[in-house]
Amino acid sequence: MAKRVVIVEDEPNIIEAINFILSRDGWDVTVHANGETAVDAVRAVRPDAILLDVMLPGRSGYDILKELRADPDFAALPVLMLTARGQKKDREMADALGVTRFMTKPFSNAELLAVLGEITAGA
Amino acid sequence: MNSNVLISVSLVYVAFLFLVAFGADKWARAGRGAWLRSPIVYTLSLSIYCTAWTFYGAVGYAARSGLEFVTIYLGPTLVMVGWWWILRKLVRIGRAQRITSVADLISSRYGKSNLLGVIVTTLAVVGTTPYIALQLQSVTLSLAVFSAEDSGTGLVTSDAPATALWVAAGLAVFTVMFGTRNLDVNERHHGVVTAIAVEAVVKLVALLAVGIFVVWGLSGGAANVARMIDASPIAEWQLDGGRWAALTFLSAAAFLTLPRMFQVLVVENVDENQLATASWAFPLYLFLMSLFVVPIAVVGLARLPEGSNPDLFVLTLPLAEGHNGLAMLAFLGGFSSATSMVIVAAIALSTMVSNHIVMPLWLSFRQGGASVSGDVRNIVLIARRVSIGVVLAFGYLYYRFSGGGEALAAIGLISFVGIVQVLPAMLGGLFWRGATRVGAAAGLIAGFAIWAYALFLPSFGTALFAPEMMATGPWGIGWLRPQAFFGIEGMAPVVHALVWSLVINSALFFTFSLVSFPTPLERLQGAQFVNVFEHSKARRGWASGVAEAEDLLIMAQRIMGGAQAQALFRAQAAAQGKSGYLPDTTPEFLERLERELSGSVGAATAHAMVGQIAGGAAVSVKDLMAVADETQQMLEYSSQLEAKSEELSRTARQLQEANEKLTQLSIQKDAFLSQISHELRTPMTSIRAFSEILRDGAVDGPAQHHYASIIEDEAIRLTRLLDDLLDLAVLEAGQVTLNVQSATLGAVLDRAVAAARSATDGRPLDIRRDRAREDVTLETDTDRLSQVFINIIANARKYCDAAKPRLTIWVSKQESGLVIDFIDNGAGIPADAEAMIFEKFSRLTDQQKAGGAGLGLAISREIMNKLGGTIAYLPGQGGAAFRVTLPLAAG
Repeated sequence: MAKRVVIVEDEPNIIEAINFILSRDGWDVTVHANGETAVDAVRAVRPDAILLDVMLPGRSGYDILKELRADPDFAALPVLMLTARGQKKDREMADALGVTRFMTKPFSNAELLAVLGEITAGA
Repeated sequence: MNSNVLISVSLVYVAFLFLVAFGADKWARAGRGAWLRSPIVYTLSLSIYCTAWTFYGAVGYAARSGLEFVTIYLGPTLVMVGWWWILRKLVRIGRAQRITSVADLISSRYGKSNLLGVIVTTLAVVGTTPYIALQLQSVTLSLAVFSAEDSGTGLVTSDAPATALWVAAGLAVFTVMFGTRNLDVNERHHGVVTAIAVEAVVKLVALLAVGIFVVWGLSGGAANVARMIDASPIAEWQLDGGRWAALTFLSAAAFLTLPRMFQVLVVENVDENQLATASWAFPLYLFLMSLFVVPIAVVGLARLPEGSNPDLFVLTLPLAEGHNGLAMLAFLGGFSSATSMVIVAAIALSTMVSNHIVMPLWLSFRQGGASVSGDVRNIVLIARRVSIGVVLAFGYLYYRFSGGGEALAAIGLISFVGIVQVLPAMLGGLFWRGATRVGAAAGLIAGFAIWAYALFLPSFGTALFAPEMMATGPWGIGWLRPQAFFGIEGMAPVVHALVWSLVINSALFFTFSLVSFPTPLERLQGAQFVNVFEHSKARRGWASGVAEAEDLLIMAQRIMGGAQAQALFRAQAAAQGKSGYLPDTTPEFLERLERELSGSVGAATAHAMVGQIAGGAAVSVKDLMAVADETQQMLEYSSQLEAKSEELSRTARQLQEANEKLTQLSIQKDAFLSQISHELRTPMTSIRAFSEILRDGAVDGPAQHHYASIIEDEAIRLTRLLDDLLDLAVLEAGQVTLNVQSATLGAVLDRAVAAARSATDGRPLDIRRDRAREDVTLETDTDRLSQVFINIIANARKYCDAAKPRLTIWVSKQESGLVIDFIDNGAGIPADAEAMIFEKFSRLTDQQKAGGAGLGLAISREIMNKLGGTIAYLPGQGGAAFRVTLPLAAG
């Protein structure tokens, strides 16, 4: 059974690229572009991992991460945060909120797949 | 001679004096008393210096101590001739300051100190009481001489105390009647002064008559008398230089400080020029009074029986020769001497007692009830009258209980030494600005105490100070012997007390003056006293108001600061219709100035300062400036402190603001870098991801083309972003150069609409325009203006969410300039977002729709700033509405 991943991202071109890469690698990809409803989507899909953007319309990636971590069901859910704001304090903020991994855009496709495989290895 | 006749004559004489006083008062009030101002009347009034002590006592003095009595006349003569300028100063100050007594002079000079007033008053009362007693005694004694002549016993009659009481009571009535008629002492007692002038004539005539009788009637001429003098003990009299000098000094000092002398010299002085006449006329009077003293003494000693009282030779010589008329005249002379002294002394003392003791006490008991002026007036009059009664009662009691044992002259000298304790404080106050209240009080109290201890109290005889105490000192302390301080013996008690009391008095006065600090009022009064001439010379009326205004300006500048004072004066001058800095010193102006000054120095000081200059009163401008300078220095210092603390808090505020700004800038910079990073990395992410996909060769055909187009789009987006960033950087740095061209607004809009339409993204937009209104020629950077228009139109294409997007462009000329409104029919911008749409990266919708980096409106705003216009969001227009305003000069 293919592992499920939810992509929370609002840039259409980036969604298209990641969707292509992950699908090609055998992932079951669900795309969600709206921050406000992202947590609901995660609850519905019950993914094995999330790719979470920081700057989203409606709600920031940090808020979504916070809510997920507050929910026992998702306290240990692997969350790979992707952000174009590559500053140190963004990484610290994400770490503090319990992110599993943090990557700065742009990334290499191979690296993305490797990290995603790594954080979902135990599952 | 019948003593009833004598008493009748005395009563007639007294009634005559009443009439004189009454008449003079009446004339003066009716304004017909010009002759009352005559220097001769003034000079004669000074003759109260010659009391019964001088009239009778000088002969006794000469009989006992030879020519020593001359010192009593020499002192005042020296003052009148040699210290004329001190007198003039005293008189000038007395008039300028409305001085009412010696106590008032000292009190006023030292900052209106009531303590000093009380001290001097006490000193004067204690010092003068024996003197009044002396006068009562002389009248009684002289009456007794006549009574004794009656009975042939030659003894003082037993009803002497009763006689003294009657005399005292009569004098009290006279003094109350003519001495307390007016409240203001400066209104002067013309009646009293005239009466004592008449008495002065009577006593001079009486003494001269007796003298002439003695020399030519009894002794057969001057030559014989001269021979008698040569043969008498007086010829053997040796001059003791020290004692002579001390007594001369004593009588000179007493002439200045005796309350009654101050009364006639200063208080009753009507015209300063009277002094000029008095300076030669009064010494002449004294000379005449002393002319026959020695002959009478010598003849008396020779012709009268052994043991006769030489103090009464003036009476007893004519009586012994059966010249009752002459004796009567002599009696009236002595009577005049005694009564005139007592009357003036009682007036002077009662003024002091009521002003410095009774009134302050009454006021403090009344606790603010003094507001009823009529009430106070009555109280003052009653206080004066009661004081007169009390002073005379003291005199009588002293006479009654001292037993009249001392020789007249001795009592006189004791009184003199007491009252001259005022001298250091008086002269110091007149000539030394550094003299202070503390110094004056210390000197006066010490001098007074020493006088009382060394001279006054011992004069009561063994009743107070036991003989062994006088011999060995109190408790056996030898150096405290009342008449031999520090074991220095050999001086007569009077000289001893005079030297010690004045030396210690002066020493304490100077020392304490030097170590204490004068109050501002003391300083001001000191200046007024010391420099009374400088400034009464410069005394001006309203006529020479310019000099006055100038002085006021100088003073005001020192207090208020130059600019403020000049502004005030100029404004006031302008209000009076004058140019320049010097307004007329009208009451309105002075009041205003006083108000302004009182803000700096307080109301009282301001009033005093303005009053001193404008009122022409007796303070020199220089002195006032000294006070003003001090005030200014204090003000400057405090305003410096104030400025410093203000500066500190201002700096702190600036630092805080700068810090906040920096923090704000730092936050903005972080946010901006974050934004740029995001804007750059987002297209990069797509480009990199698709580049790798294409490189891997995993796709082909349409997908390959699609992915390549995405890469191209993102590259274009990146380029546009960089262009915008650079554009904004240039605009914000102000480095942009405007390329001003001439074009119509319509043409610029045409170009913008075409450019916005050619852009790839966005929907078709129906643009409505009124071309007629757009026919305005612009002189501006049309490319930049077009860039703003393109941005607005492109935004409308991108964001207008209406089914059929429509944009209306409306041009109007308004007061603010040429106005171009762009209004679409979409939903518009949420109210809470209006404020931030012109900020960088403030995209409201999602990324996809915007397509730009969110710098368009920020750039537009910068451009409009450069063009001198504005761009603003117009709320409440239905859709999104932007208003571009261009200055009309450019239109």
